[in-house]
Amino acid sequence: MGVVIEQELGTVHGDEMILNIGPQHPSTHGVLRLKVHTDGEIITQITPYIGYLHRCFEKHCENLTYEQSIPYTDRCDYIGSMNNNFGYAVAVEQLMETKVPEKVEYMRVIVAEMNRIASHLLALGTFGLDVGAFTPFLYCFRDRERILDLFEMLCGARLLYNYIWIGGVSHDFPVGWVEKTYEFLDYFEPKINEYNDLLTYNKIFIERSADVGVIPADVAISYGVTGPNLRGSGVRWDLRKDDPYGIYDRFEFDIPIGTGAMGSVGDCWDRYYVRVRELEECVKIIRQALDALPRDGDVHAALPKKIRPKAGHVYSRTESPRGDLGYYIASDGSDIPSRIKMRSPAFTALSCLNEISRGWMISDVIAILGSLDIVLGEIDR
Amino acid sequence: MVDYFLETFSEITWLASSPNLSFVLAVTLAGLPIFLFMALNALIAVYAERKISAFMQDRLGPMGQGVGLHAGKWGILQTVADAVKLITKEDIIPATADRKLFIIAPFILFTASFTAFAAFPFNEYLVAADFNIGLFYILAMGSVGVIGIILAGYSSNNKWSLYGAMRSAAQIVSYEIPAGLSLLSVIMLSGSLAFRDIVAAQTGTTLAILPNWFILDNPFTFIAFWIFFVAGVAEVNRTPFDLPEAESELVAGWMTEYSGMRWSFFFLAEYANMFIVAGVASLLFLGGWLSPIPGYLEGNLWGIFWFISKVSFLIFVMMWFRWTFPRLRTDQLMRLCWKFFLPASFVTIIGVGIWDLFVR
Amino acid sequence: MDFAGIIGIINAKFGEGFASIDEEVSADTVRLTPEQWGQLAPFLRKTPELFFDAMMCITGIDEGVESENLAVSYNLHSMKHNHKLEIYVSMPKSDPKVPSVEQIWRVADWFEREVYDMFGIEFEGHRDLRRILLPSDWDGFPLRKDYEFPETWHGIVINKMKEGWE
Repeated sequence: MGVVIEQELGTVHGDEMILNIGPQHPSTHGVLRLKVHTDGEIITQITPYIGYLHRCFEKHCENLTYEQSIPYTDRCDYIGSMNNNFGYAVAVEQLMETKVPEKVEYMRVIVAEMNRIASHLLALGTFGLDVGAFTPFLYCFRDRERILDLFEMLCGARLLYNYIWIGGVSHDFPVGWVEKTYEFLDYFEPKINEYNDLLTYNKIFIERSADVGVIPADVAISYGVTGPNLRGSGVRWDLRKDDPYGIYDRFEFDIPIGTGAMGSVGDCWDRYYVRVRELEECVKIIRQALDALPRDGDVHAALPKKIRPKAGHVYSRTESPRGDLGYYIASDGSDIPSRIKMRSPAFTALSCLNEISRGWMISDVIAILGSLDIVLGEIDR
Repeated sequence: MVDYFLETFSEITWLASSPNLSFVLAVTLAGLPIFLFMALNALIAVYAERKISAFMQDRLGPMGQGVGLHAGKWGILQTVADAVKLITKEDIIPATADRKLFIIAPFILFTASFTAFAAFPFNEYLVAADFNIGLFYILAMGSVGVIGIILAGYSSNNKWSLYGAMRSAAQIVSYEIPAGLSLLSVIMLSGSLAFRDIVAAQTGTTLAILPNWFILDNPFTFIAFWIFFVAGVAEVNRTPFDLPEAESELVAGWMTEYSGMRWSFFFLAEYANMFIVAGVASLLFLGGWLSPIPGYLEGNLWGIFWFISKVSFLIFVMMWFRWTFPRLRTDQLMRLCWKFFLPASFVTIIGVGIWDLFVR
Repeated sequence: MDFAGIIGIINAKFGEGFASIDEEVSADTVRLTPEQWGQLAPFLRKTPELFFDAMMCITGIDEGVESENLAVSYNLHSMKHNHKLEIYVSMPKSDPKVPSVEQIWRVADWFEREVYDMFGIEFEGHRDLRRILLPSDWDGFPLRKDYEFPETWHGIVINKMKEGWE
């Protein structure tokens, strides 16, 4: 063998084998490397190695003005870009004490929830793919495609939008967009049952996901697991309800939580099903927001001429499709932030992988990873 | 067919003097069409799989305008293009692989399915080698293939391959038992291991209009058919039993390190094995080359047609499985086999015996 | 519970003046020394009236080239009482050491590793303090304000940052 591979092996017991899953692997959802100690197919220890997608987001932000950082937030969580823009804009507005127009608030909620649907669809589809079901993945993509088409109509981009700006949004809704969105909602709502028929209540799927990778509520909280993963563990916690930002306190919607319907509370199936149920809630919110959307108003009215917050710092958090998305922004009074830290929900969710997947099989680890819905762009930043 | 050729050759004087040469010639002449049929089968099945999966998934699948280098109208030439690509691909053998075994493995797998085809009757007369233990022979050859899989996984010197090979070995060895036992019920009814006799036992009608196929013979054979079919799907490693190559877990399982021509042999063997499982199921339970309307549309050519359509339908069902179901886990797979299929296949044997003795 | 109430409980336990509100940084931030933080952390987690069971975020901060200080900011939250608190621990750049809270809040494991990775702050008592985002053989701590970009890494030449538009 020509090349000697050096590796930090750690303690290896007699019957153990070390298996490297990734960085290039079909179901690591990006470039994640898992060093897995296995005894046969059973996992005894699992160490995630991240950073393969590190693009120095935080260092970049310290060299750019506040508004220039927005496209970088897109690229962190490229599945839920709108929500990342939203979180960043909310944080800077909080620092600057800006008040955004009523219409903009509604528009932000609409696009953020649309993006949440798109993100959850991807999560459901790829989870199906991870346990071996190929068709639901393409069904999900078919419907996600329609959301991306709507976004393309809205701002020209399909993945990285740079749509929500500090103090406003980049474009007003184009003519006909609202009607098309209503059309989409009418089309989409019955499709949720289709996913349920095809995947959710499939016996094999339940066998594969129920009782697997259980995260008890206290472990979830201790590991900082948030969003649908935490709600899957039976904790009714959603920032949109419990610490509302924007105008989320005006909408009527439920917070679905895991009930252990197929196994125990906090298993992969619960996390999956919370996402399915959230699709319905998102549709509810979008409908209410579209109904109440003010027809006129300038979306650029509150855009600050110069973004120069006074010295100080803020920690603001919003509910992204993956959970608590926090931005810690420290300002020194200039137009360039002195520190921006992004608290990524997928980062914390991945950190509990070792805790919940010990003792399961290789196939289960893939399923658990899929059910956590991680995006490596956001973990590595 | 081999016998037929030998008979013909014995009348040719210069061949009759060397029996060895005439035997080799006869076998080659009988084997060549089988090889061509296997390739054609894979070609059509791959195209069908692509199109069927596409239609199930709201896609179009391979398409082309039929101009220039496009893949023909409706992408008909897609698999041909794939085959050309595979043949012209660089042949890679990993530096740390066990070279000899690595090269031999695909051929063992392919040879196993190829030889199994030898005993396959397409109608009453069209069979390469007419055994009186044809069924037993095909089952035996089906198990030889697993050696190829294990060798492929072992010789690749890759952990994914090793996992895939071990899973495959465990799976095939386990599922052979319910598959074999469920076939016993048919053998009890027909009293023979030769396909000709088994199919002959299914002629006529039952319940006035239905064909007298073994699947309709009694409730136990009906169950036995499904046990055999599902166990057969498991033996050819297709979803929901595709654990050995589980792409989302084991990258590509035992064929991770294979590419190009060697990989295409695996591919060929997979589709050939699908044909064998579907073929055995239709010969034993669905009346083989017999017409579904007894007394009508019978004859040698119709026999081939009926046989191929029954097999195609079963292959379609396998594809349907694949594009609908998720994958099982290793322990669930074993549990399904040993706790459900095995007892159920014993029940079918006893049930068929009792039915044959007392009810009929 | 509001911020003043939290401060009251903390001061009742550790003595008046332990937790001081830092008006300069932010209105709801407690500024502590590393030793104080080591005492306070288990108390915050375990006291039933406070019960900060969730560590939302740990942020490393370089206070600027002039101040010669590094800082770690902890954002705590209580799922039960729905109140939050920010702790700001600063230390000199020459000897950046903070007690680790990794065994109190498990999420701090990776957060502290990230802060160590980017700022070189040692978390005393952390069981597995390694780099997390950067390669394990990386030199320096990139988010410090005085960080100088390397010119090469394993023979790969790194392009200089361009000044202005060309």
